[in-house]
Amino acid sequence: MLNVSGLACSRGERRLFTDVGFSLAAGEWLHVQGENGSGKTSLMRLLVGLSPADAGKVFWRNEPTPSVEFRRDLIYLGHHAAVKEDLTPLENLRLAAALDGIALDERGALAALIRLGLRGREELPVRVLSAGQKRRVLLARLLTRPAVLWVLDEAFNALDVAAVKLLGELIAEHLSAGGMAVLTSHQPLPVPGGKVLVL
Amino acid sequence: MNAFLATVRRDLLLAMRRKSEVLTAVFFFVIVTSLFPLGIGPEPVLLKKIAPGILWVAALLATLLGLPRLFAADHVDGTLEQMALSPSPLGLLVAGKILAHWLLCGLPLVLLAPVLGLQFDLDASALGILTLALLLGTPLLSLIGAIGAALTLGVRGGGVLLALLVLPLYIPALIFGAGAVEAHIAGLDVGGHLSLLAAMLVLAAFFAPWATTAALRIALE
Amino acid sequence: MRQSLIHWFKYGSPQSFYPLAGRMIPWFWAAAAVFGIAGLWISFFVAPTDAQQGEGYRIIFVHVPASWMSMFIYMVMAFWAGLGLALNTRVSAMMAQSLAPTGALMAALSLWTGALWGKPMWGAWWVWDARLTSELILFFLYLGFMALQAAIDDPRRADKAGAILALVGVVNIPIIYFSVKWWNTLHQGSTINLNKAPSMAQTMLWGMLLMALAFWMYSIAVALMRVRAIILERERHTEWVKHAVE
Repeated sequence: MLNVSGLACSRGERRLFTDVGFSLAAGEWLHVQGENGSGKTSLMRLLVGLSPADAGKVFWRNEPTPSVEFRRDLIYLGHHAAVKEDLTPLENLRLAAALDGIALDERGALAALIRLGLRGREELPVRVLSAGQKRRVLLARLLTRPAVLWVLDEAFNALDVAAVKLLGELIAEHLSAGGMAVLTSHQPLPVPGGKVLVL
Repeated sequence: MNAFLATVRRDLLLAMRRKSEVLTAVFFFVIVTSLFPLGIGPEPVLLKKIAPGILWVAALLATLLGLPRLFAADHVDGTLEQMALSPSPLGLLVAGKILAHWLLCGLPLVLLAPVLGLQFDLDASALGILTLALLLGTPLLSLIGAIGAALTLGVRGGGVLLALLVLPLYIPALIFGAGAVEAHIAGLDVGGHLSLLAAMLVLAAFFAPWATTAALRIALE
Repeated sequence: MRQSLIHWFKYGSPQSFYPLAGRMIPWFWAAAAVFGIAGLWISFFVAPTDAQQGEGYRIIFVHVPASWMSMFIYMVMAFWAGLGLALNTRVSAMMAQSLAPTGALMAALSLWTGALWGKPMWGAWWVWDARLTSELILFFLYLGFMALQAAIDDPRRADKAGAILALVGVVNIPIIYFSVKWWNTLHQGSTINLNKAPSMAQTMLWGMLLMALAFWMYSIAVALMRVRAIILERERHTEWVKHAVE
């Protein structure tokens, strides 16, 4: 469903990578590895359409991206916290869903937050949560957004042992339900199988 | 449409949690209009003559003050990136943010202007025209300003650079907006001025979100 | 037809455009010199002395062509910037970047000569007539464009952001000009109006036209020189540049 071919990217004057390509079908995931500065984040941003590529194409369901369908099927979690500190986790989730045109009632949002271990903190402003808890609020979007392709850049950073295990479970569930994922990290991941791409 | 309203609601909610930011622009408006009589002298006839110009320039500057904040916070915490990846058209979300900005920065100026106009001894009908002109003009300022805010997002020297880019583009609004009130005071017809302001507003409402979106995508690259 | 289109696009790469620009530059300098000498000769020796304004009016032979060029260059700049944005070519964007300072210079020249004309004619160094005021605003638009490009570190982002600004500016220029004209007639009537040049004798028109052509050729020559410098700077990490500057 996801077909990538010939991607090339440079940052300023440095050529980061050329001719990167891969395919993913339902249930598969890709582990992008590489040292710091090898271009993992740039590749992720190229993939989702935030940055333009020097060369190459990305196809989603045989349509060139970026397309509306691609954006609907995609969720991208990058380095940023991507939550509003002045709002509560509940408000963050519900507003993000409304912005994306997804119907999410309070029950669904609460269920996601509870699954992520934030019971009792749904109504506090995100500002007062710990760094790990803020990350969990962001991860809750994985549950509230019915996305097919998960693109997670260094998602396991800043998570404690329990959260790492939880995220691994979420990804495994997502894959067995027919979803796809592209993950970067420089640590081994608690998710079985998976193709590997080294930059 | 829902995404548009949700964006408006979101920005209003965020502003309510940090009320001081909104009030700052309003207080600025009040202070700046008070500076002119202090600098020029309290002579009523002169003040009455320059009042429309002063109130309009102060409105321009107050709007300018609130513009960097339009996208900066969302850019820094990564929510702007998420909006760019949303299945909802980015232009729609941007339009929602601009409307919220006007409700928070522009509308208070429209409501406050008649009160300040009394300080300059403008009569009731002139105040009415002033309010109407600002009602048409302040959304125009928000729309044009949004383009500047998007272009200078995360750029060094942002606020001053934004002013340099946007103030020349504000000049037609200033000329027709203040001109409407002056024409009214002189007993001339204001229809032309107000229609031109309305026309510029419609033009900006169509093109500004589009230009702003393009500029935002460039800033996010 | 196909052939010539591909041939044209070849010059979209900095490497091909650099030598082409180099070859064109001397021709434009020569043309500028020829038109300039002809224009100045007409301005000073052929055009008759004006009955009302004496010899001082001759400054319009610089003022008017400079104004025309400042407007024209902005259009061309916006065209190149827009082309660069649409086709994603670097050379187009570099052309826009190289035109901006020359355009700003023309605007500044127009303002300065306007002031020099105004002082002996109407006794004031600056008058808020529609033309001069619009020229001032155009000058600000140029400065804004240059400031934005200077403030953004990444050259590609600077190109694209500048392009959007230039396009927004181009749309606004007629609106600004119209509104300033309205403002001027409303407030000052037509008493002070730099447009009221002495009724055009044929020779005066020729003089201005030749000077305008001279400025045009000069602008192209200078812009080409500047774009070569920009190309060298931005492409400094490529092989061909390293060879070219050895």
